[in-house]
Amino acid sequence: MLRNNKVVLGVIGADVHAVGNKILEMSLCEAGFEVINLGVMVSQEEFINAAVESAAGAIWVSSLYGHGEIDCRGLREKCREAGIGDILLYAGGNLVVGKRTFAEVENLYKEMGYDRVYPPGTLPEEAIAHLKEDLAI
Amino acid sequence: MKALLIDFGSTYTKVSLFSLDPPGFIGASRAPTTVESGLEEGLEAALDSFSAEQLKGVVFKRACSSAAGGLRIVAVGLVPELTVKAAREAALGAGARILAAYAYTLNRDEIAEIEALQPDLLLLAGGTDGGDRKVILENAARISEAGLPVPVVVAGNKSASDDAVSILKGKVPRLVVTANVMPEVNRLQVEPCREAIRELYLSEITRAKGLDKVQQRVGLVMPTPLAVMKAGELCWKSLAEDVVIVDLGGATTDVHSYGDGSPRGGGRVVKGPPEPLIKRSVEGDLGMRVSLQSLLEVISPVELSKSLSFAVEPGELIAYAQKAAACRGFLPRGERERAFDGAIAAAAIREALRRHAGSLTETYTPEGRLWVQRGKDLTGTAVFIATGGALAYSEEPGSVIRAGLLVNDPLALTPRSPRLFLDRFYILAASGLIAESRPEAALVILKQSLLPLGGITD
Repeated sequence: MLRNNKVVLGVIGADVHAVGNKILEMSLCEAGFEVINLGVMVSQEEFINAAVESAAGAIWVSSLYGHGEIDCRGLREKCREAGIGDILLYAGGNLVVGKRTFAEVENLYKEMGYDRVYPPGTLPEEAIAHLKEDLAI
Repeated sequence: MKALLIDFGSTYTKVSLFSLDPPGFIGASRAPTTVESGLEEGLEAALDSFSAEQLKGVVFKRACSSAAGGLRIVAVGLVPELTVKAAREAALGAGARILAAYAYTLNRDEIAEIEALQPDLLLLAGGTDGGDRKVILENAARISEAGLPVPVVVAGNKSASDDAVSILKGKVPRLVVTANVMPEVNRLQVEPCREAIRELYLSEITRAKGLDKVQQRVGLVMPTPLAVMKAGELCWKSLAEDVVIVDLGGATTDVHSYGDGSPRGGGRVVKGPPEPLIKRSVEGDLGMRVSLQSLLEVISPVELSKSLSFAVEPGELIAYAQKAAACRGFLPRGERERAFDGAIAAAAIREALRRHAGSLTETYTPEGRLWVQRGKDLTGTAVFIATGGALAYSEEPGSVIRAGLLVNDPLALTPRSPRLFLDRFYILAASGLIAESRPEAALVILKQSLLPLGGITD
């Protein structure tokens, strides 16, 4: 399906960390993307609805509070059900609890269907460069 | 200078006579609506109660109508919580009745359903601007293939509207393109669509409904709910305070709220689809006459009997409802029936407000407890206006309205302590008809009709 340079952005689950979300929105806008920022406490369904309606090219999911593994699981499957199975899914933040190496976390999320996974402390520019590459912009 | 304002209701044709210079209410009358003979008979009957002298100097005639089913709309969008919801809000804000709303690509059964519903208008939305084009174009193609004999308003993704027009052109009786009802995710833009619907109503729908003679004679300009909405808008703007109107009818209960409904308490996160500044909701199962039986399915007779000051068997309430629903122009007789009528009116107000207003849910996050607000917070409403025959002719409208505003669910964000007003002459719709052309006069007349009933604890 034809996808555009819109990005659906939000902090998933019961997470209310709003600062990083704003920084990502500003950085994406500056880089020329159109951002649909759903803010904090966003459910999987809200991400999908917004992406369906706007034909967005990517969904960026943030999770800072440690419950990301539960919140993020199943998003790819639901996207397939909603007819947007090929959408890019990026996840970033404190994605798990417990002592795990980032390589383990990355593998876990890739198995869950995410295209790109980022540890805490990643600069927005890094992910934006990947997005441009993935969308072939 | 006088104005003659007519409201063709589903039961009664109500005529109000206003003086414009100086502005004032002269009188009102009503007669049963005659849909079969094109409304004119009923109008004549209602006019008969005015003397020729009274009708002298009428320079201005306007009418609104909810007769013959009102303005009946089918809404089509993409995602239920987004463009379908936006299309519904736009249609409700144009004073329409929503027969059905559909999401995603329409299938054959749904097209057949729409055909059987025979709507006056189909509102086609879908996709944010620059977003999904596939579904709105597929739906346009299906509507065009089926050759639905229904005027269509296209209010979807702007990047798809030209193509939608080429698909539909010549296949539907009228086609109007207007701005997207949801240009961005979670941003409503319903005004242009409301205007487009209104324009079609004037130019096409009144004629299709056989109301063109009446249209020429008295200037049938809008559906009645829109006239009520305009009157409320005038109050809201002149008072600069948040207003809620409940219009308790025989068939439906309408609620209009004016204000942004943003949270009035701290520690809340607002979720869910956006709400329009001027929001109207219609409860088709809550009404004082035609819909009385469906009302008793929502609010059980046992529940109703609890609000009465004397003991009643549920059977008696059910029998009363049957009697009241069956005969047109029914009025309660005696103390017992009036108490029933009052309890039912209060219950309808309460339930309609609960559905219209937003709500809070408690959630626990690692940050602690939070409240999630969905919908509008109306707890700060300053002015509450009640209208409708059942209240205008009630002996104790104040206590009925107060009972309707009793909060039995603290998490429902309904008005808490507004000042109460009754539209005693039942002229909200009539004044809405002159609200655009003569706002000052409309406001003066409205204020004559709005009887202050004090606060919630008086």
